[in-house]
Amino acid sequence: MYDIVNKVSLNPTVTMMDIHAPYVAAKAEPGQFIILRVDEDGERIPLTIAGYDRVAGTVRIIFQIVGATTEKLNHKNVGDSLQDFAGPLGVATELEGLKNVCIVGGGVGCAIALPIAQKLHDMGVKVTSVVGFRSKDLLILEDEFKAASDEFYVMTDDGSYGRQGNVCVPLTEMFEAGRTFDRIITIGPLIMMKFVVMTAKPTGIPCTVSMNPIMIDGTGMCGGCRLTLNVDGQRVTKFACVDGPDFDGYQVDFDEAMSRGTMYRDFERHAYEEACNLFNKEAN
Amino acid sequence: MANMSLQKTPMPEQKPEVRAHNFQEVTTGYTEEMAINEALRCLNCKNMPCVAGCPVNVHIPEFISLVKEGNFEGAYQVINRSSSLPAVCGRVCPQETQCESKCVRGIKGEPVGIGRLERFVADWHNMHSSETPKTAPSNGHRVAVVGSGPSGLTCAGDLAKAGFKVTVFEALHTAGGVLVYGIPEFRLPKAIVQQEVDNLKAMGVDIETNMIIGKTLTIDDLFEQGYEAVFIGSGAGLPNFMGIPGESLKGVYSANEFLTRSNLMKAYRDNPVTPIMKGGNVAVVGGGNVAMDAARTALRLGAENVYIVYRRSMEELPARREEVEHAMEEGIQFMLLNNPVEILGYNNPDDKRDPRNGTVTGMRCIRMELGEPDERGRRRPVPVEGNEFVLDVDTVVMSIGTSPNPLIKSTTTGLDVNKRGGIIVEEGTGATTRDCVYAGGDAVTGAATVISAMGAGKIAAKAIAERLGEIKS
Repeated sequence: MYDIVNKVSLNPTVTMMDIHAPYVAAKAEPGQFIILRVDEDGERIPLTIAGYDRVAGTVRIIFQIVGATTEKLNHKNVGDSLQDFAGPLGVATELEGLKNVCIVGGGVGCAIALPIAQKLHDMGVKVTSVVGFRSKDLLILEDEFKAASDEFYVMTDDGSYGRQGNVCVPLTEMFEAGRTFDRIITIGPLIMMKFVVMTAKPTGIPCTVSMNPIMIDGTGMCGGCRLTLNVDGQRVTKFACVDGPDFDGYQVDFDEAMSRGTMYRDFERHAYEEACNLFNKEAN
Repeated sequence: MANMSLQKTPMPEQKPEVRAHNFQEVTTGYTEEMAINEALRCLNCKNMPCVAGCPVNVHIPEFISLVKEGNFEGAYQVINRSSSLPAVCGRVCPQETQCESKCVRGIKGEPVGIGRLERFVADWHNMHSSETPKTAPSNGHRVAVVGSGPSGLTCAGDLAKAGFKVTVFEALHTAGGVLVYGIPEFRLPKAIVQQEVDNLKAMGVDIETNMIIGKTLTIDDLFEQGYEAVFIGSGAGLPNFMGIPGESLKGVYSANEFLTRSNLMKAYRDNPVTPIMKGGNVAVVGGGNVAMDAARTALRLGAENVYIVYRRSMEELPARREEVEHAMEEGIQFMLLNNPVEILGYNNPDDKRDPRNGTVTGMRCIRMELGEPDERGRRRPVPVEGNEFVLDVDTVVMSIGTSPNPLIKSTTTGLDVNKRGGIIVEEGTGATTRDCVYAGGDAVTGAATVISAMGAGKIAAKAIAERLGEIKS
């Protein structure tokens, strides 16, 4: 069992937890992920590592409550424990040799982008961060991001905070002003990453995306997390769990990834409603 | 008095039309009377050809003699000297190509039902006895076993019996490896595997789940932690796909994913947390035991039609005959000499947000014929040009083998692999190119059988015991 040692609600739908998992904490690097089960017979879900403390032996996860499992997870508190917590899985984000990086985060994806920004900042890399949220209530980790960035832009879809618009707006302005970067690292909803890649494409700046498909084992065994890359005109199948989760954004078939992400949508919605009903019943 | 019947004592089984709709075991096992009756068919040959046919050399005539006398616990103890997983082997070993293929009774008539007797004895023990298997006094040596599938459990069991302190590291949340995530409940109940794992624990074996060796800990970390030898039994790894268009459509699974969802994640129990495609028409591509398991699982999950699509003929089909016969009785349709060329998906041109977009609607196949034999002597299937058709299916399960998992190789120096990615080992010891690291099972051979993996675990356990004995002296 893996104890929850800290829990903070970052906004009404996003929660941060620190989990005592010393083996995972000892090896974790930005960009890697863990697989957890909340309870016996629970679903295995992958969550990207949002931070770690090697001394305390804890791993930080930040999750959005989107389905039955994250709903159940959010009902756990400090002092409770998780059934399973395995990792670190996947390949760490490649940061060696970078001098000038643009980080583009969207929604809860910012939680995963933050440790990358922090690590780059600690390495003395110039970090330009662009983060986007639907509205002010959903904003997370602003101070932390600011502290890790040389330049920092906040966008909201409805204009309730920062500037109105999506993350591609400042990105386009920077490119038009002749700004360039060694690399763009973007983490967020698939549709956002797709558009960041499209925006960056004319500049030719390398663009890393972090994929988060449906997974089961997370060790390469099931192939459920497969996605397609276009490499020199060839379509190549890759497994996000062992080959990723980071990929060259110019190669990823985003439309296919978005379609695969909806495979169990009805089932998931139903399970989520059932979980919510259960918790509502308990509350009454 | 010997039983001279030419046929095996029949195995009671659920009727096909019943079992096709449940996940309970297909065969229900011998009663004591049936077991004694079958044991009396054994001639107790002096030269014991059957023992030579067993990859772990179970003392077959000896245990069968005890069954004849009704001494079932004694029979169990005999088997347990050679095999740590008798209840598993009695169910999933291909006895027809191993021990039973050498049986003298098989020259005229059916061989002795050795597998059925082994299963009976193991089940009898598990129901009636709580005796912990005997282990030698501790010798203080620590050995790490990577993976809790058949090779790892066997290696751990043999080492524990010899007095070693063994820790088994399992990547998933439950021990058992392919016995738990791969082989379905109706062929190998999870409770049987759990019992075998519990037997090992009772012998002092520690099992650490959620430990992905190569990630959570490396092989080097294990040595640093004080383990003196490591056995790698990490299994087959990444599923293969055909590389045809449409394999990323919603409703296309690898057999590993389909079976893992049903078995390990318990979709077979209507577990509300694990989704799986149910109902409709299902095509399983491939002809191995895993393909049979996937097809029969799909049927039990509620599919209307289940097809096995295999590019060669029945003669070349690699699955066990018994599994093929069971599948046919249950109504699995065999579409032999056919090969998929494309999986077709739904696409609503008027509505990009139609949730059905990207789901499987069919599979285009081409008919095949057998041509010249290949280098292994199997006749090569060749497409009959222009002879294509579309199979109406909603789900496709690709069961065409696996490639080795790179996780351990990529984080371990000095561990050589062959060009297919399998770990290179010395025959007869399982020693890898790195000192005190041994390997066996699918991680070495690619997808093979439970018993061959167990044989490899057994050989490595012996070699590890000898090697650590040398170091000590």
